[in-house]
Amino acid sequence: MKIIELDELKNLIKDSMTIMVSGFMGCGTPHKIIDKLIELGVKDLTLICNDTSLVDFGVGQMVVNKQFSKIMTSHIGLNPESIRQLNNQETEFELIPQGTLAERIRCAGAGLGGFLTPTGLGTVVAQGKEVIKVDTKEFLLELPLRADVALISSHIVDKKGNCFYRGATRNFGPIMATAADLVIVEADKIVEIGDLSPENVVTPHIFVDFIIDGGSK
Amino acid sequence: MKKFIAKRVAKELKNGDVVNLGIGLPTLVANYLDSDQDIIFHSENGFIGIGPTPPPGQEDIYIVNAGGKPVTINKEGAFFDSATSFAIIRGGHIDVSVLGALEVDEKGNLANWMIPDKLVPGMGGAMDLVVGAKKVIVAMEHTNKGRPKILKECKLPLTAQGQVNLIITEMAVIEVTKEGLLVLEINPKFTIDQLIKATDANLIISENLKFM
Repeated sequence: MKIIELDELKNLIKDSMTIMVSGFMGCGTPHKIIDKLIELGVKDLTLICNDTSLVDFGVGQMVVNKQFSKIMTSHIGLNPESIRQLNNQETEFELIPQGTLAERIRCAGAGLGGFLTPTGLGTVVAQGKEVIKVDTKEFLLELPLRADVALISSHIVDKKGNCFYRGATRNFGPIMATAADLVIVEADKIVEIGDLSPENVVTPHIFVDFIIDGGSK
Repeated sequence: MKKFIAKRVAKELKNGDVVNLGIGLPTLVANYLDSDQDIIFHSENGFIGIGPTPPPGQEDIYIVNAGGKPVTINKEGAFFDSATSFAIIRGGHIDVSVLGALEVDEKGNLANWMIPDKLVPGMGGAMDLVVGAKKVIVAMEHTNKGRPKILKECKLPLTAQGQVNLIITEMAVIEVTKEGLLVLEINPKFTIDQLIKATDANLIISENLKFM
C-alpha cells in the first residue's frame, strides 16, 4: 500500500537530505507535509524549489525555522528572511534562472547528461560554466539536478499513485516526480483505482512511491 | 505616469500575440487594451489565457499568477507544467515580453534582477524571458528619481546581453538598433534637450520623430 500517514515522514526524511518541493509561491506546495517537517525539525536540508514563498506560507516557514543549509531556487524576493540569511551568509544560496531550474530537473528525470541553453549567457549565471557553440550560436552547458526526496502536491490521486493536477498547481510537480529517489505526493483527494480516467493522468503512478492524504484545502 | 507608459506599451501588442507581462508596471498593460485587441497572456507559473482579477470572494486558490496573486483563466486557456512553460518562453513561442528595468544600455543589455549587497531577489523567469521572447520591451520610468537608467553601458549585473528591442518610458519610445538608440517618439510635454539630459547614452533622433 502506497498510502501512508503524515507521521511516517519521520522515518523517510532525515537531516542533511536534498529535498525538492513543488509549488510556485506556495500554489501547488504540499502544505501538510511542510507543516509536518516543521514539527519534526529536520535540519541541514538542501532545498530545491522554485521560490522561497512568504515567511508564513509554504517552504518559507521552513526558511524561518532555519531547516536549510543550502537553497537552490529562482526567486527569494518575497521572503525577507531568505534575503536576510543570504546577506548574512547564514545559508548557502544558488540562484538559478527559473527555466534552467525546471529543465535541470527534467533532464535528471529523463536520463540526460545536461542541456544547452542561451539563458544566462553574458551574466553571472555563466560563471564557471562551459560555453558550447552549436553552428554560430553560443549556449551554456547546464547539468541535471536530482534530489533524495521529491515532495509534491496533487489534486486527485488514485490509490495506485496516478496524479491529476488542478489549475496552476501543476508547475514543478510532474518534473520533480521524475527526478528523486523517493517521491511522496500529498493528495487533496484520494480516489479508487479506475476513478481517474487514464487520459487525465499527468504523473503516471510508476513515479510515485508514497501518498499522503492532505484533505481538501 | 505609470498608466501613460502602460497605455503606450499596449499599442505595441498585435492581435494573436502571446505576451508575458512582468510584475509591477508591465502588469498594468493588460488594463489598456482596445476591445478588438485579442492578446494571449502567458503566466510563467504555468498557463496561457490569464483573465481579469476575480471579484473579492470569488478567488480560486488553484489559479494564481507568477506573483502568487489570484487571477482567472479564459475559456480558451490552458495549464501546463514549468518545463513546458519555459519551453514556450525559450523556444520563441512568446511574441512579446514586457519587463521593468533598473538599467538598460545602448547595446540592448538589460539589468533588472539585482543590486549587489542591497537587493538580491533572484532572477525568477526574467533571464529566460528576455533571451527567448521574439520582442523584448522595457517599460519603465525614464529615470530613478532623476538618475538616468538608460546608459552607455549597464553597471549592475546583467539579466541578459543585447536582447532589448524597445524602451518605452514617460518621455520617449526608443528602439535599440545596431547604430544605437533611435528615438521614435517623444512625449510632447518634454523637449529633446530634456530627454537628452535625462539619458546617459547617445540618442539618435529619428527623421520621422512622432509625438507619443
